[in-house]
Amino acid sequence: MSVDTATVAKIASLARIKVSQAEVEAMVPELNGILAWVEQLGEVDVSGVEPMTAVIENHLRLRDDVIGADPLTGGGVRDAVLANAPAAEHGFFGVPKVIE
Amino acid sequence: MTDLTELGVAAIRDGVAAGDFTAVEVAEGFNANVAAAAALNTFIVTTPEKALDAARATDARRAAGQPLGKMGGVPIGMKDLFATRGVQTTAASHILEGFTPEYESTVSQKLWNAGAGMLGKLNLDQFAMGSSNETSYFGNVISPWRRNDGGNAPLAPGGSSGGSSAAVAARLAPAATGTDTGGSIRQPAAFTGISGIKPTYGRCSRWGIVAFASSLDQAGPMARDVRDCAIMLEAMAGFDPKDATSLDMPVPDWEAALSGDLRGKKVGIPREYRMDGTDADVLASWDAGIAWLKDAGAEVVDVSLPHTKYALPAYYIIAPAEASSNLARYDGVRYGLRDLPDGAGLQDMYAATRAAGFGAEVKRRIMIGTYVLSAGFYDAYYTQAQKVRTLIAQDFANAFTLCDVILAPTAPTAAFGLGDMVSDPLAMYLNDVFAVPASLAGLPAMSVPAGLNKQGLPLGLQIIGKAFDEQGVLNAGLAIEARAQFSAKPDKWW
Repeated sequence: MSVDTATVAKIASLARIKVSQAEVEAMVPELNGILAWVEQLGEVDVSGVEPMTAVIENHLRLRDDVIGADPLTGGGVRDAVLANAPAAEHGFFGVPKVIE
Repeated sequence: MTDLTELGVAAIRDGVAAGDFTAVEVAEGFNANVAAAAALNTFIVTTPEKALDAARATDARRAAGQPLGKMGGVPIGMKDLFATRGVQTTAASHILEGFTPEYESTVSQKLWNAGAGMLGKLNLDQFAMGSSNETSYFGNVISPWRRNDGGNAPLAPGGSSGGSSAAVAARLAPAATGTDTGGSIRQPAAFTGISGIKPTYGRCSRWGIVAFASSLDQAGPMARDVRDCAIMLEAMAGFDPKDATSLDMPVPDWEAALSGDLRGKKVGIPREYRMDGTDADVLASWDAGIAWLKDAGAEVVDVSLPHTKYALPAYYIIAPAEASSNLARYDGVRYGLRDLPDGAGLQDMYAATRAAGFGAEVKRRIMIGTYVLSAGFYDAYYTQAQKVRTLIAQDFANAFTLCDVILAPTAPTAAFGLGDMVSDPLAMYLNDVFAVPASLAGLPAMSVPAGLNKQGLPLGLQIIGKAFDEQGVLNAGLAIEARAQFSAKPDKWW
């Protein structure tokens, strides 16, 4: 499989990365080179093989059902959450208008 | 008096505890070396006061007769991928420039709790994506090493933990944290003549580490020798309920159980790693390593890892796929850069922010990851890669029925020149050919220095172990270290 300029522009849009036409054209051969190289995985017989889901066997834990048991992750830290926001206003994240 | 910056972790810890010198003297020595090494560009931010504060605390505890901790009095460099409260954390990206965490990563907190102090935040490849430290927004790290041809060509310190490797090799820090997703501890350690270990996936908490590929990312120590790695790994490892993949297992006393006596142990030599095009000096160092392990009492056996050649292409689907998902959080809303063109709406702001904030390699990987996860291609690429990953892990499981550890080169070449590979992303990816398989299988693996090549540059040997058997890896590393007698260090030119 290979990509063309329209596909690269579509991927960039899905990835929310603004690209110029010149950047799209430069990316087409780069991405095709990488995709052609990963194609070789198609040679491998994977019949009956399950895709890996966990690299080291582990069990999923449930935390205790207690609000704020861990003060770091338990909430009530609005100001800390907003401290690095580029446009925090009135205790919220500020964003441009989204009314169509 | 000896130059304290020539000492490693164990020597500093023991010397401070014995009262041979103070922790403050140690911190002052390394702070001075850091300040004099701007030409190497190893640090994005230096924090000499933090190093001194931790040292004063250690000296005060000693005066009060209190325990000093596993890393008591040892100043370290912190890869700028670990969130550090109140100190800028960038992942070497523009999009996180100025980001000052309100919290501390679990691993860095454990190190401070163990008595370590922070010299500064170390440069790296942007979001840990790279093998040469040339993708940092804050400029290349220059390796302290130079070829012996008198040409003084600037060399890559490896990547992504290139600031860490260069700082330890140049005696700016006795040890540093690294992270390894597909070789990012081992390859830079090999390029700069130091040791580094990536533990079993889950040993070190990922909480507070800027995420690249979550099923692969593991933190580990980089230091001058095997003992120092063992000490620092003990301080970094341990169960953390805040990381869903953290291993709920006790942390062994790796340092106390160090032994280079390998009698009764079997060392596997994977025949598929003997690839065409591997540098002759690298192959010679591998043969030397085999002889050293035999000398240490080990039996050497031939093993096969038949899916080795598919590890890199599988990695370059899985890691970008996870990265495209993890890096979706950089949107110009919650932290970091915001680029809001005049009249732009929310979607335009996202796209403009990410275009301005990510470097070319990061964009390339996000694009690849987005493509392989997109509707219609997911099974052909991502599911296929995850199946191949299962086969790679089975290869190791089969090999470990025949041996205790595996010995291989760390990288197919010694350090290359800065700029030599940047125009060809695929050639750069291939430098991780020996490192990536163990990452895909989540296994502990370390690089130890084996000697110098004909150009006077360090070469590393890699030991890969069974899951949870960091001890076996460290012990084989110790046996090599004792026989390689690696004492070379870069001449100071900076």
